[in-house]
Amino acid sequence: MGDILQLVLKRLGLGVVTLFVISILIFFAVELLPGDIAQAVLGQAATPETVAALREKMGLDQPAILRYFQWLGGAVTGDFGVSLISGERVSTAISDRFVNTLFLACYAAVIAVPISIILGVIVALLRNTLFDRVANVVTLTSISSPEFFLGYILILYLAVKTNYFPAIASLSSDMSFGELLHRTFLPALTLVLVVTAHMMRMTRAAIINLLASPYIEMARLKGVPAWKVIVKHALPNAWAPIINVVALNLAYLITGVVLVEVVFVYPGIGQLLVDAVSKRDFPIVQACCLIFAATFILLNLAADVGSILTNPRLRHPK
Amino acid sequence: MNSFVIGYYALLIGASCLAAYFKQRQIFLLIFSLTLISFVTGIIGGVPALRFITIAAGLLALAAGVSYAFREFLIIIAPDGVAKELRTAPLTAAFGMFVIFTYAIAGIFAPVIAPFGEAEVISSAFAPADENMLLGADQLGRDMFSRIIYGARNTVGLALLATALAFIAGALAGLLAATKGGWFDQFMGRAADVIMSIPSLIFALLMLSIFGTSLVVIVVVIALIYSPRVFRLTRAVAGNVVVMDYIEAAKLRGEGTWYLIRKEILPNSTAPLIAEFGLEFCFVFLLIAGLSFLGLGIQPPTADWGSMVRENATLISFGELTPLIPAAAIALLTVAVNFVVDWMLFRSSGLKEV
Repeated sequence: MGDILQLVLKRLGLGVVTLFVISILIFFAVELLPGDIAQAVLGQAATPETVAALREKMGLDQPAILRYFQWLGGAVTGDFGVSLISGERVSTAISDRFVNTLFLACYAAVIAVPISIILGVIVALLRNTLFDRVANVVTLTSISSPEFFLGYILILYLAVKTNYFPAIASLSSDMSFGELLHRTFLPALTLVLVVTAHMMRMTRAAIINLLASPYIEMARLKGVPAWKVIVKHALPNAWAPIINVVALNLAYLITGVVLVEVVFVYPGIGQLLVDAVSKRDFPIVQACCLIFAATFILLNLAADVGSILTNPRLRHPK
Repeated sequence: MNSFVIGYYALLIGASCLAAYFKQRQIFLLIFSLTLISFVTGIIGGVPALRFITIAAGLLALAAGVSYAFREFLIIIAPDGVAKELRTAPLTAAFGMFVIFTYAIAGIFAPVIAPFGEAEVISSAFAPADENMLLGADQLGRDMFSRIIYGARNTVGLALLATALAFIAGALAGLLAATKGGWFDQFMGRAADVIMSIPSLIFALLMLSIFGTSLVVIVVVIALIYSPRVFRLTRAVAGNVVVMDYIEAAKLRGEGTWYLIRKEILPNSTAPLIAEFGLEFCFVFLLIAGLSFLGLGIQPPTADWGSMVRENATLISFGELTPLIPAAAIALLTVAVNFVVDWMLFRSSGLKEV
């Protein structure tokens, strides 16, 4: 048992180090600006006095290293500074939206994960039949389409032409849970389409890989019925790859969510990031990037830890 | 029950009987399940649903026919060795090659094909299609069709450029890391780890917010984001080649690193690298489309598929399909490249399944 704990802790430590390096990257990338933030915000036309005043106000006269640690310390406690444009605290701008984004991602995941694993296993068992080939073409098409293409098709057919769902996912605090699900159905469905295709293909590959191993062949040769081969021999060994697939695809949701939020005007953190980028509101951009990167690393970490825990060979390394 | 519905079912049932008679099990299953699905959709959606299925099946058959003809055409004009390989290509791969070929023609000869210039305002905003304008006008009164043709040149060209840069940088670093090893290998490996642990779209947004959205910045940033993937693959592939005896022999002969890379390692690792180039292109293309859609990619008035979708999105709320055509163009090219890559991977490597 101690071995597993050590292995997991080691992996966790590596994750923290990666996150630390990324925070350095995110902070000092902004330092690369020609001139500095104050100059970039005020533009070329600003007088030297106003630039100097803003520099003082933002604490830019201190060395970058010092400011980095102040920023990092703030970020750890949830304080990301003040927006350059609105003057609002970044943390208040982000907190509600972060919950919304998390809700959307979870909504999509709850639908996508069971569907794609079941379909992936079915396709793997029916491999090289016509059904498998059709599924291959369909999933490939879904992966290859940009998220906004799928989103607008859904809007066109399910919102504009038939009026089943609202085209714009506006939220308010006094909505019932059922209405919330109805309102956010189209953005969630868009994410589901993309992620399901990815997950199905990866599950299929993992299962096929597994079915090719010698012990499955052995079981078949000694006359074990087909369903028993799957349940008794294949499934216990399939958990590791499946957990991996799920975690990796949830990480993929993170990127997909940005485009989907913009298409459906969904009040989430992705939309906030895109707005901040076009307005060059750096504190918000930095905060959003850090949050996205941290979630991404966390999910990848979960994938690693999950596969360590479900794989006895990794659990007892030589 | 009009004659269309009767003909529709007669055809399907007749075809499934034929397939069953000639013992074509899979074709029979396909046609018969289509018949059953038609029963259900016919009851729910009525005649329009059946018409939709007919049109979709017709389009599919057309695509299959075109790809078959294109494959035969390629087999005839290609030299012997290549023709033999082409014979093994599935129809999907032939379809992919056909689509890539069409896009290449559209991109290269854009000024000849397009009836108007890409920034030329010729009518009122959102004017409907007429005999001059095949697809109507966009939000500023420019010809939509011409802009889509020019988009093939701008969007695909930019994606190709970025992919090529990412590929050259990544492959070179990977080959050097594999041959040299040591601290260089370690350092590049860790750097690649860090870049790959940030989601690509997020990283691109961060960089573009800092350096602005000029074309040079976009190309360099995207190359930076995607070169680690190429680096890893090249390093892995070249790592398998480096331990071969003939490399040892070449080293003992006193050949330099550059000679080893160029003459010994590269020729023995091209197949997976070419497939990777295709995959990489798809990722880059989708990322650029996404950035343009967010208004952070290619800047107006240059025609670009991603931003065209965004600019004309209001038309969608009136039930118009035209804004989706550029998006469909993006999807079609990505699918086509994926089809070809699938075939190449299957042919060249261990993706042969049980």
